[in-house]
Amino acid sequence: MASSRFCEVQQAPPIEVFAVSKAFTDSTNEKKVNLSVGAYRTDEGKPWVLPVVRKVEQELAADNTLNHEYLPILGLEAFSTAAAKMLLGATHPAITGGRVTAVQTLSGTGGLRVAAEFLGRVLKYNTAYHSAPTWGNHNLIFKQAGFTNIAPYRYWDGGKRGLNFDGMIEDLSNAPENSVIILHACAHNPTGVDPTQEQWKKIADVIEKRKLFPLFDSAYQGFASGDLDNDAWAVRYFAERGFEMMGTQSFSKNFGLYNERIGNLMVVVKDTACIVPMKSQLTLLVRGSYSNPPCHGARIVSRVLNDPALFEEWKGCIRTMSGRIIEMRKGLRERLEKLGTPGTWDHITAQIGMFSFTGLTAAQAKHIADKYHIFLLSSGRINMCGITTGNIDHVAEAINDAVCNITN
Amino acid sequence: MALTPVRTINNLIKNTTPSLYHVAARANSWWSGVEMGPPDAILGVTEAFKRDTNPKKMNLGVGAYRDDSGKPFVLPSVRKAEELILSQKLDKEYLPISGNAEFCKKAIGLALGDDHPALTDGLNVTVQGISGTGALRIGSTFLSKFFPGPKTVWLPAPTWGNHVPIFKHVNMDVQQYRYYDPNTCGFNFTGALEDIRKIPENSLIMLHACAHNPTGVDPKDEHWDELSKVIKERKLLPFFDMAYQGFASGDVAKDAYAVRKFLADGHKICLSQSFSKNMGLYGERAGAFSIICNDKDEAARVLSQVKILIRPLYSNPPLHGSRIVATILNTPELHSIWLNDVKGMADRIIAMRSKLKANLEKEGSVRNWTHITEQIGMFCFTGMTPQQVEKLTKEHSVYLTKDGRISVAGIASTNVDYLAHAMHQVTK
Repeated sequence: MASSRFCEVQQAPPIEVFAVSKAFTDSTNEKKVNLSVGAYRTDEGKPWVLPVVRKVEQELAADNTLNHEYLPILGLEAFSTAAAKMLLGATHPAITGGRVTAVQTLSGTGGLRVAAEFLGRVLKYNTAYHSAPTWGNHNLIFKQAGFTNIAPYRYWDGGKRGLNFDGMIEDLSNAPENSVIILHACAHNPTGVDPTQEQWKKIADVIEKRKLFPLFDSAYQGFASGDLDNDAWAVRYFAERGFEMMGTQSFSKNFGLYNERIGNLMVVVKDTACIVPMKSQLTLLVRGSYSNPPCHGARIVSRVLNDPALFEEWKGCIRTMSGRIIEMRKGLRERLEKLGTPGTWDHITAQIGMFSFTGLTAAQAKHIADKYHIFLLSSGRINMCGITTGNIDHVAEAINDAVCNITN
Repeated sequence: MALTPVRTINNLIKNTTPSLYHVAARANSWWSGVEMGPPDAILGVTEAFKRDTNPKKMNLGVGAYRDDSGKPFVLPSVRKAEELILSQKLDKEYLPISGNAEFCKKAIGLALGDDHPALTDGLNVTVQGISGTGALRIGSTFLSKFFPGPKTVWLPAPTWGNHVPIFKHVNMDVQQYRYYDPNTCGFNFTGALEDIRKIPENSLIMLHACAHNPTGVDPKDEHWDELSKVIKERKLLPFFDMAYQGFASGDVAKDAYAVRKFLADGHKICLSQSFSKNMGLYGERAGAFSIICNDKDEAARVLSQVKILIRPLYSNPPLHGSRIVATILNTPELHSIWLNDVKGMADRIIAMRSKLKANLEKEGSVRNWTHITEQIGMFCFTGMTPQQVEKLTKEHSVYLTKDGRISVAGIASTNVDYLAHAMHQVTK
C-alpha cells in the first residue's frame, strides 16, 4: 500500500476561462483588459450591483420577520412561479393550462445538472447533443450525470462567421429518438449567433419529426436584446407548439447576482397528472445533492419579479446593460472597419449578447495577450462587457495588429 | 431511491388502477413512466403537525433550533455580521469554484484550531460546499472517482437518512457498523469495535464528529481514542461529518475532540462541516469539505480534481452565507458574541433535557430515562416503540418520527411538562 491513498491523483487540466482570468489579474500592465470571463462590467470596467438589487437587499435586511430557515427542497415557490412566467409569459397557454412546473436551482449550472440527472437517471436517456461550439460546462454536466453518448451538432460557421444552419438541421435529422438537444434560448455562448425566427421554426420541425427532447438553456433573457419577450421568443414558440420540454434559467447575468447562485428549472408537460410524481423524483435528486437551495438570491429575485414597480425598475437596469453592450459592438466594428482590418466585421454587430466569436485564432489571441495584455479565450471569444469607451481604441488596435501580422 | 422500469410500472398501474393507466397511455408523454418517489418521512410529520388543530400540539420532528417561545432564532452575531456586510457594499461577482477563500480558511481553522500544523503546512484541501449535504456530496463524488480502496462507505447504524443517497447517487455501496444499542439507548462500544475490526482494510468509514444524528449518542473521549487505534490498524480512511460543532456541548474545542484526536494520531481524514445549526444559517447553505493530504503537492493535485467535479454540479457556490460565517470568525468581537450565542443554544437544549427527565421522574415513571441527559445535541432517541410513538401523536398531538427520535430543540419551558406527561402516559 502506497504511503498515501491519493498519490495516484493526477493534476487536472486547468479550466481555461478561470486560467485566463487569473492571467489578467496577475498582469501589472496599466492598459490590461479582461475580455474572458462572462460577467457584466460598467463603462468604468467595474462590476455592477444593480440599484434595484441593493434596494431590495436593504429592505430584506430591515425586515425582522425574515429568518434563515431552510427553504423547501425544491426552493422558494413564489420565485419559481414568477420565473417561469417571466420565461413563458404569464398568459402562455401552457401556464394557464397548469402544464408548467418549476423548481429553484443553483443558478443555470445547477438547473442543467438537475435536468441532466432527471433525464438520465429517471427517464434513462443516455444521448445528448450540444452545439459546436457550446459553453464548456455543458459536456461535463451531462457526462457527470451519466450520459454515455454526448455529441455535437454543427452550429458555428467559421467561414461566414454565422450559423451553419444546414449543418445543424442535418445533424439533428440524424439524431436518434429521445436524444436530449441542448439549445441556447438566446445570446448563444460563446458565439453570440442566434437562429432567426424562421430558422427556429425549422429546428422545431426536425425535433418534432425525430422525437428529440428540447432542453433550453436560458442564461441571458433580457440581457440580449434588452427586451424580455423578444429574448424568450424561441422558448415560447416551442411551448406553444405543444412540445414537452425543459428550460433552465440563470439570474446571474440579468440580475447581476452571479455569486448568489439563483436559477430555475422549468418543465412543460402534456399531462398535468405527471407533475406530482415528477416533482417527487426531482426532490430525491436534489436531496442527495445539496438538500435545499440557498435563500438569499431567491428572495431578491422573487421580490423584484412579484412587485410591479420593482419589476419596471429592473427592466430599466437590463436595458442599461444590454444597451451598453450594443454600443460597444457598434464602436468596435466601426473602428475595425476604419482601420481597414482585413476580413469582414459585421458579425460583431450581427451577434448578440455578452459574447462575440471574433474569428480570431488561438495564435492571434495569444499574441494579443502577450503584447497588449488583453485577455480573451483561445477560441477567439471575447466578452463585450470588458470593452469600455476607455479601452475600445486599444482593443481595436490590438485586434487589427493580430489579424494583420499573425497568420496560422 | 428505487426506480422501476417503465414496463413494470405500466403493468402495475394497469392491474391495480385502470383509470391511471388510461391516463398514462393516452398522454403519450415523455413522463408517463415516472414513478412516484417515496414520501419524505420527516416532511410528512411536519405536514401532519400543521393540519392538527390541537392548541397543545408539539412538533418534535424537524431538526432546526427553536428558542424558548418555539420560534426560529436568528443569532445576534449573525444579524450584526449582516449589518456589517451590507454597509461594505461589496460586489456580487462569481466566487471561485472552491468558494470564499476566507470562509474556507476560517472554517477548517474552527475545526482543527487555526494554528494546526496541517493548516500552516498547507496540507489541507478545503472547499466551500452547499452546506453539509453539499460538502458530503463533493466528498462522495471525489471518493467514488479517486478512492483507491473498495467503493463502499461504512456508516454507523443508524445514521442520517440522507447519507445513503449521497453515496448511492455516485454509485457507491453502503454498509453498516453497529453503533446504537437499543438496550441502553447508548453507544454500542463493543459492537462497534467488533464490526470495525471486520471492515476490509483500506475501506472508507463515516463517523459523526459529535451530536450523532439521529440518536444523540456520542462515544466518550476514551471510546474515540480506542476507535482511532482500531481504525488505524485496519488502515481505514475516516470521513467525519461535523454538523454540530459548538452546538453539542456549547464548547467548540470539546465538540471537535474526535476530529483533532484522529489527526493527532496520524489519520489523514476527510471532513464535512455545516454552519446550518451552529450559526442558524440553515437556508443560506454554508458548509465546507476538506481532505488532509500528505504534502502540498498532493493537496494541489487533489484540489484541481475536486474543482473539476464541482464545476458540473453548480459551477461555484453561493456567497451570502459564507460571507456571514467568514465575517463572524474573522472579527474578534463578533466571534465572541457567536461563541456566546452557540453556547446559549446548547445550554437551552441541555436544560430541556434535564427538565424532561426530571418531569418524567416526577410523573412517576419507573423507566430508565438517563439516556435523555446522557445523549447530546439536537436529537434524542427516546427508546419509544413505533406503537408508542403513534399513540403519542394520535392521543397527545406530539409529532415525531417513528423511530422514537425527538428534536429537543422543539421543546420549550412552556410545554416540557406536557411532553413529560404525554410520554409517561404512552410508556407506563
